[in-house]
Amino acid sequence: MQKPENFKTRLRELLDSQSLGVVATQSEGQPYASLVAFVASLDLKRIYFVTPKATRKFGYLIKDHRVAILINNSSNQAEDFHRAISVTGVGSAAEISGAEREQVLKPYLEKHPHLEDFAKSPSCAMVQIKLRSYFMVRNFQNVTELHFDK
Amino acid sequence: MKRIIPASKIEPQDRNRIGGKGYALALLLNAGFQIPQTLCLTSDLYSEYVLRTGLRERILMELHRKDFQDMRWEEIWDCATRIRNLFLRVPLPADINAELRAAIKSQFGDSPTVVRSSAPDEDAASSSFAGLHESYLNIKGSDAILEHVRKVWSSLWSDAALLYRKELGLDVEKSAMAVVIQEIISGDCSGVAFSINPADDSQAVVESVYGLNQGLVDGVVEPDRWILDRSGQNIVSHVAAERKYWLVPDKNGVRREALPAAKSNQPPLEPSDVLEVFKLTLRAENFFKQPQDIEWTFNQEKLFVLQARPITAASSPTVGDKRSWYLSLHRSFENLESLHRKIEEELIPGMISEADKLAQVDLGVMSDIDLAAEINRRWEINHRWATIYWDEFIPFAHGVRLFGQVYNDLLHPDDPYEFIDLLTHTEMASLERNRMLDELADLLRRDPLLAGQLGSGQYDALPASFTQQIDAFIQKYGDLTCTVTGGTQCDEEAKPLFNILLEMAANPNSGTQHGKSMRAAELQEKFFNEFDAEHSKEAAQMLALARSSYQLRDDDNIHLGRIESHFLTAVQEARRRVKRHKRDSQGAGALAEILADLDPPPTAVKAEKKHPPQKPLLRSRQMTGQPAGPGIARGRARVVRQHADLADFKYGEVLICDAVDPNMTFVVPLAAAVIERRGGMLIHGAIIAREYGLPCVTGIPDATESIHDGDEVTVDGYLGIVTVGSGGLGAANQLEKEL
Repeated sequence: MQKPENFKTRLRELLDSQSLGVVATQSEGQPYASLVAFVASLDLKRIYFVTPKATRKFGYLIKDHRVAILINNSSNQAEDFHRAISVTGVGSAAEISGAEREQVLKPYLEKHPHLEDFAKSPSCAMVQIKLRSYFMVRNFQNVTELHFDK
Repeated sequence: MKRIIPASKIEPQDRNRIGGKGYALALLLNAGFQIPQTLCLTSDLYSEYVLRTGLRERILMELHRKDFQDMRWEEIWDCATRIRNLFLRVPLPADINAELRAAIKSQFGDSPTVVRSSAPDEDAASSSFAGLHESYLNIKGSDAILEHVRKVWSSLWSDAALLYRKELGLDVEKSAMAVVIQEIISGDCSGVAFSINPADDSQAVVESVYGLNQGLVDGVVEPDRWILDRSGQNIVSHVAAERKYWLVPDKNGVRREALPAAKSNQPPLEPSDVLEVFKLTLRAENFFKQPQDIEWTFNQEKLFVLQARPITAASSPTVGDKRSWYLSLHRSFENLESLHRKIEEELIPGMISEADKLAQVDLGVMSDIDLAAEINRRWEINHRWATIYWDEFIPFAHGVRLFGQVYNDLLHPDDPYEFIDLLTHTEMASLERNRMLDELADLLRRDPLLAGQLGSGQYDALPASFTQQIDAFIQKYGDLTCTVTGGTQCDEEAKPLFNILLEMAANPNSGTQHGKSMRAAELQEKFFNEFDAEHSKEAAQMLALARSSYQLRDDDNIHLGRIESHFLTAVQEARRRVKRHKRDSQGAGALAEILADLDPPPTAVKAEKKHPPQKPLLRSRQMTGQPAGPGIARGRARVVRQHADLADFKYGEVLICDAVDPNMTFVVPLAAAVIERRGGMLIHGAIIAREYGLPCVTGIPDATESIHDGDEVTVDGYLGIVTVGSGGLGAANQLEKEL
């Protein structure tokens, strides 16, 4: 098994190096997956993304806060199976606003400067996922879990 | 590798990094030609700037908002405007900034400079980008020079440059721009010269103006022109210009001024000077071993080469080359000013008086023969004004765009369309019409009995005072059944005027312009504050021109509609008579003949039966167009495919159509939002939506096909996104609360 410090280092590197993740939401038992541009907090306990409020994913997540997010570094090559790392985070999602949103906007735009107009649009929401657990898959089928205290 | 290189230090391997213009100057300097002090900024510097600041991806996102081939020129202009504003607002990374400042200081001190484009793909053998990328003259000090370097970089993405690259099949994603900064030589006279006349290869051409060369290059100062015989090295002919203006350095830039009388009678060059310029071009041709097109200037009797490039097939207009057409899409301030005077003083009053004169003609008393002649006459009048509309009024629309560019260059606003908020509150004919409608609706609001009579079709019971006001409205604007303003009885079934009034009366909030920007006065003050006393008159002229251009986008259609409606009225009168005379073909002959000649025959508009939409397997959920009016709104779709559909419009619906024209905008006060197939931020529908503070998205290519009446639609006018269907119950509820 990985040592906790290695897990966190790998997780940090993955979340910093990747721009996009897939968020899973659901409504009335029907799952739905969406690609989002994200940024993670320094303590890795929160992941933030921006979405237009008229989207299906936003409609679903405000009805049911439980979400999952998948982030990986695969490159569509055969070696992905032994080389790529994939992380699934599960937690609770909600829109943040006011000063909290402003505070997150800065690191978000440092990572995604080309999304400035999108992220600042009044028609978009900044969504925060509070992570409960991470599941990391390496070396094809090695899975390690990290659970945060409630 | 050096990113900032003086002309004297340029090596052959730098050629692709500094572009043809910079490289040719370096070669000329080494060969002993006299050129101004020159500093080259390589295309690597550009690439580093756009990459490190995230601009590269923002530009590409902007260009891929939708497929390029689906974009109209107006949308490409909008796209270029947003990109230009990004360059104006995104500063250079600190290290690049410091390096550039030091190089500029050491090379030029505080001397004025010229900042020129030198894109590596400019002036290739098969293409000429002359005029497509920008140059700025008389720029002083590091701050101003650095700002203008960013402006030159942004011209890589101008509408004309984008279109031309696309036409040539160049990959826009690989485009990069080098820049040449030169000491300005404020010559006594300047010009261009061709070592070979593109029209006759035994000849050469020299053109010259007083003052700065840019006046000639931009086409705002007419040059004297000499044709020379290459082998005899003598002047063959001289065509003198009507010497009225010259371009001179101004405080910050240049200005066109009237040429002093002493100079206007005298050609800028003596014959001996013409020969000296000609010999210079021959020397350049011999040096480059290729015919040359050079820009030159005489300063204190010294002859300088400002730039040199090979004469290619693309130096002269060739069949199929659209560069000059792309360039013609932009009009200079001077050109627009003269158009402005002509439109305001001559054409608009002419249209109004034409319509008034037509209104005075009593068709009822005319014989059938006279009526037939009158239809012909009205067709010709209408045709003449329609031609004027396309030739004079449409190009004048560029006045708003020119103002937008000046505003953005001065103020670098967050929103590159802030200038439109300054122009709202400009009086427009369709707004006046809508106000009259609102007053009529108010009568119905205050008198439920009257509303009931109108709603149940008891027109005979309506009080005279009300019908008089209705008649006055119809006299001025028509009964709203026609596709032109002022027309009446085009649709025998629909009663849009009454329907619209009842709908407005039932919804007191309609047309309140609640989201309209109220910042016009504040923005106007901000704009004027950028000018000193000496230039305030120009600022006022520029704003007056923009307001007139903005207003005309609406009013010209209304005025033209009135003229067209008189033509339609005569046709309707003829139809009535032909019907009446059915049994007596003698009287109807001439009229029937002229009606048959009308192509296409104007007929009463009948509402087409709408087919219920098929449930498609593939459908559009979210569509991206142009964010033409800020705000977000949700409502049921009302797809307007033809004028008659407007009669059914209900309060709170989203207006979806091919293109909103001023003869349709009477429903806008009822709408929650506007979606148009035709794209652009400054098209008429977008302007009216802004006037009412409505979210508006334009440029949704198949809006009227992929959205159906009654669909739930969310219009995000901030981002230009249209979403069909609800986002889930939660989102719908939350949006509802916010709207």
